[in-house]
Amino acid sequence: MPQEYLEFEKPIAELEKKIEELTLFTSNGGIDLEEEILKLQKKSDQLLAEIYSKLSPWQKVQISRHANRPYTLDYIEAMMTDFVEMHGDRAFADDPAIVCGMAKLDGAPVVVIGHQKGRTTKERVIRNFGQPNPEGYRKALRLMRFAEKFNRPLITFIDTQGAYPGIGAEERGQGESIARNLYVMSMLKIPIVTVVIGEGGSGGALALGIADRVMMLEHATYSVISPEGCAAILWNNGAKASEAAELLKVTAQDLFQMKVIDEVVEEPIGGAHRDPRRASELLKEAITRNLGEVRSMEPDELVKLRYEKFRKLGTFDQL
Amino acid sequence: MAWFKKERPESAAQEAPAKKVKIPEGLWIKCDNCKEIIYRKEVDKNLKVCPKCDYHFRISASERLPYLVDEGSFLEVEDGLSPKDFLNFKDYKDKLKSSRKKTGLKDAIISGEAKIGGKPVSVVVMDFNFMGGSMGSVVGEKITRAVERAIEKRTAFVSVASSGGARMQEGILSLMQMAKTSAAVARLGQAGLPFISVLTDPTFGGVTASFAMLGDIIVAEPKSLIGFAGPRVIEQTIKQQLPGGFQRAEFLLEHGMIDMIVPRKDLRATLAKVLDFFAA
Repeated sequence: MPQEYLEFEKPIAELEKKIEELTLFTSNGGIDLEEEILKLQKKSDQLLAEIYSKLSPWQKVQISRHANRPYTLDYIEAMMTDFVEMHGDRAFADDPAIVCGMAKLDGAPVVVIGHQKGRTTKERVIRNFGQPNPEGYRKALRLMRFAEKFNRPLITFIDTQGAYPGIGAEERGQGESIARNLYVMSMLKIPIVTVVIGEGGSGGALALGIADRVMMLEHATYSVISPEGCAAILWNNGAKASEAAELLKVTAQDLFQMKVIDEVVEEPIGGAHRDPRRASELLKEAITRNLGEVRSMEPDELVKLRYEKFRKLGTFDQL
Repeated sequence: MAWFKKERPESAAQEAPAKKVKIPEGLWIKCDNCKEIIYRKEVDKNLKVCPKCDYHFRISASERLPYLVDEGSFLEVEDGLSPKDFLNFKDYKDKLKSSRKKTGLKDAIISGEAKIGGKPVSVVVMDFNFMGGSMGSVVGEKITRAVERAIEKRTAFVSVASSGGARMQEGILSLMQMAKTSAAVARLGQAGLPFISVLTDPTFGGVTASFAMLGDIIVAEPKSLIGFAGPRVIEQTIKQQLPGGFQRAEFLLEHGMIDMIVPRKDLRATLAKVLDFFAA
């Protein structure tokens, strides 16, 4: 897929185009412009680093949805081996908006579950733009219990704008399917590590997110409502999403500060989409390290600590 | 995310305009559902249910209690918990202030110990009049404490839901109340104690997608609107009109999502019967 550029990435796009042109010119036997190219490359790198060092919350939201951003299956492929995808909730259907299965991480068997968005238009439709129906959450639930039954650690990847709002979803109990996952995940007697890799869209995201270690990629977001939805309610104007993004505090850095997540995982300069391989290496290191920390704990201790971790979230006054 | 777009699901307006939560002062009132003009005292006497069409008016938490628990048995706890505008969220302080004035509550829920049919319960009742019954830190904390109290005292837990979903003004911490309350309910289950969830008009979003749908027994009031995504959001997404009766309690019963629909006048007796099963 060709690199797509967000509005604020446009200056970089121009420089990269120029570099490409010069490179092509040089390789076609023209004058050697290597020095010029190096200079431009340096300038481009600096600009990229500069832009990405002071992103606004709304820019982060856009990056978390970037069309080139690695998705769950990309990370599974890059950091795991022997992945066997498993399908279906054994009750109604298979939901392609959630993928799951067994895999090996550094040779050790793990169960992996994640939201999955599509890359091409056709795949996006098949994946329902990464918005699960109840059968998706119930497939995930089946795999959670499977992991517990066979005593394998669970790794989940969160990347959805939210659970799908549709007639069928309501008929089949979208609310119940999410609630059940929260209930069951809080009690699973296996280590669980969760990473928000892109968009953490509300309850549809949380349904895979009750874990012993919750991490977010540097440019991922996690929110109770989309900035657009929030702006529509506050100002009757979805276009004011950037203001809403600031109010809601949706960035990984915000959530770390509020102690909602345990770690912010560094992305390559310019975001995971500019260097997916490096992004996977960094993420794999973080997952392996965190899993290592919780792996040796007694199951009852894990469940107890997991409860306490979520139990203490909330801010209020006691009058 | 889409299903939080409205604090108050718009389509409640289809049959029951959400704005008319409170029965206005005056001798006569118009039913939100059948539009009949009815004598107010008759509605009051009928537990705020329309005598013509059986429409269950939305009622406040304090109006609910006498219909729910044994007379004089309710003892409120944790009434000191008060919401905090920790994100400095636009207009939140004003909204809290006006909701407090309107309801006399500190937040959208009351919590206490009570008896139903003589059986002790830990009970919470949500109040839609307070910012659309939205769940923020205080609501989540009070539910969690009520569940923990049920575990400690070995009683059943009863909740009456009425909510537009998670409270946007408390950001991600509101979302985390879903995790917190659901995990507490899981502990209650592990302790072998029952949870009876009563769903009333309306129950949506993060409340439906957490503790409210986790009852061992789920009861709904007739014609209540109950769902995950608000009807308007669904309509905008699928670009189709929604079928009649969509997301009503009867629709949920038909699709296997709840155990029973119980009219307001029978609620306490039904809960007493259910509690007796566990107490025996």
